[in-house]
Amino acid sequence: MKRLAFALTLIATPAFADGPIEVHLKNHKFSPSVIKVKANKPSMIILYNDDDMADEFDSSSLKIERVVPGHAKANIRIRALAPGKYPFMGEFFSKTAQGVVIAE
Amino acid sequence: MISALIIVFREVIEAGLIVGIVLAATTGVPGRERAVTIGVLAGVLGACLVAGFAGELANLFQGSGQEFFNATILLLAVAMLTWHNVWMASHGREMARELKAAGHQVRTGERTLTALSIVVGVAVLREGSEVVLFLYGIAAQGGTTAAGMVAGGGLGLAGGAVISALMYFGLLKVPAGKLFQVTSGLITLLAAGMAAQAVLLLQNGGLLEYFTSTVWDTSWLIRDDSITGKLLHTLIGYSEAPNGAQLIAYGATVAMILILMRLVNAPAAKQAKAKHA
Repeated sequence: MKRLAFALTLIATPAFADGPIEVHLKNHKFSPSVIKVKANKPSMIILYNDDDMADEFDSSSLKIERVVPGHAKANIRIRALAPGKYPFMGEFFSKTAQGVVIAE
Repeated sequence: MISALIIVFREVIEAGLIVGIVLAATTGVPGRERAVTIGVLAGVLGACLVAGFAGELANLFQGSGQEFFNATILLLAVAMLTWHNVWMASHGREMARELKAAGHQVRTGERTLTALSIVVGVAVLREGSEVVLFLYGIAAQGGTTAAGMVAGGGLGLAGGAVISALMYFGLLKVPAGKLFQVTSGLITLLAAGMAAQAVLLLQNGGLLEYFTSTVWDTSWLIRDDSITGKLLHTLIGYSEAPNGAQLIAYGATVAMILILMRLVNAPAAKQAKAKHA
């Protein structure tokens, strides 16, 4: 069972930057929470907020603050990034809503 | 409850500082309480509207509606702040004289109240819509935790009022003869920071994607998401890693305001000299 869960996360986590990357926010958690994008190329995250409550996609390193109401979606443009890690969070529920964009 | 307090407080810092500066910049002007109150109330009303239509707003312009809307109202505030400063450049001396003469009201200041009222409204509107969405979401869930969090949010809002008061009474310590010079300086930096922020929002919306690489990075010193970073962001437009376009917007706004102030000040100074002669 554990192994199955592990295998599922392997399939589920890496999202690559071919076209927009769909990310869901449910129960104040991002999935996937690790988002891989190509370095030095702009990319786009389509964030679906599946919760009833609004949250704010917030990242000082990505320089993005974007409010997403409950059951709404948001197109979030990511500028061309130098290789590295760029953490983001849902500011209203930052205890659980955490994620990172990895540019490589 | 503490987390709600912190989140709401972080959102209202900006509006709080701006209200404090506007109150100081209108010291002695009759009707300023009314103008600021109208600004705040209009801002709250606008914030509720924006929060209510947040989904629809975000979907405009291929999903960049929120960015363009915020950039537009920021640029409106920049225009109003510029107008205030330029107006002060030609009337500031007169106002300072009136203010120094004890018991006198600064009648000359009334003309600039509308501009500053709009600035207050915009400041409240911007951060307010996020607070409304946050508190509404929590309140809608109900339960005791929700009650605590709404209480925390209320305290956070009160914190914003405290920031306003600190800024205002701090500025009042400036001697009357210099007060309007100080507030003009603050307003110039405020406007420049807003212009830089507007450029960033336009870039996030897919416009003006020039000079987007980071010029320097001072996140090791002050992080954008710290309270100090937020305060400095509002006051002087601090950004831990500004890009080229932001710096250009910042510099161009400061230059534009200073040049306009000098242009209108020149004839006013000549007139004053002629009167004394």
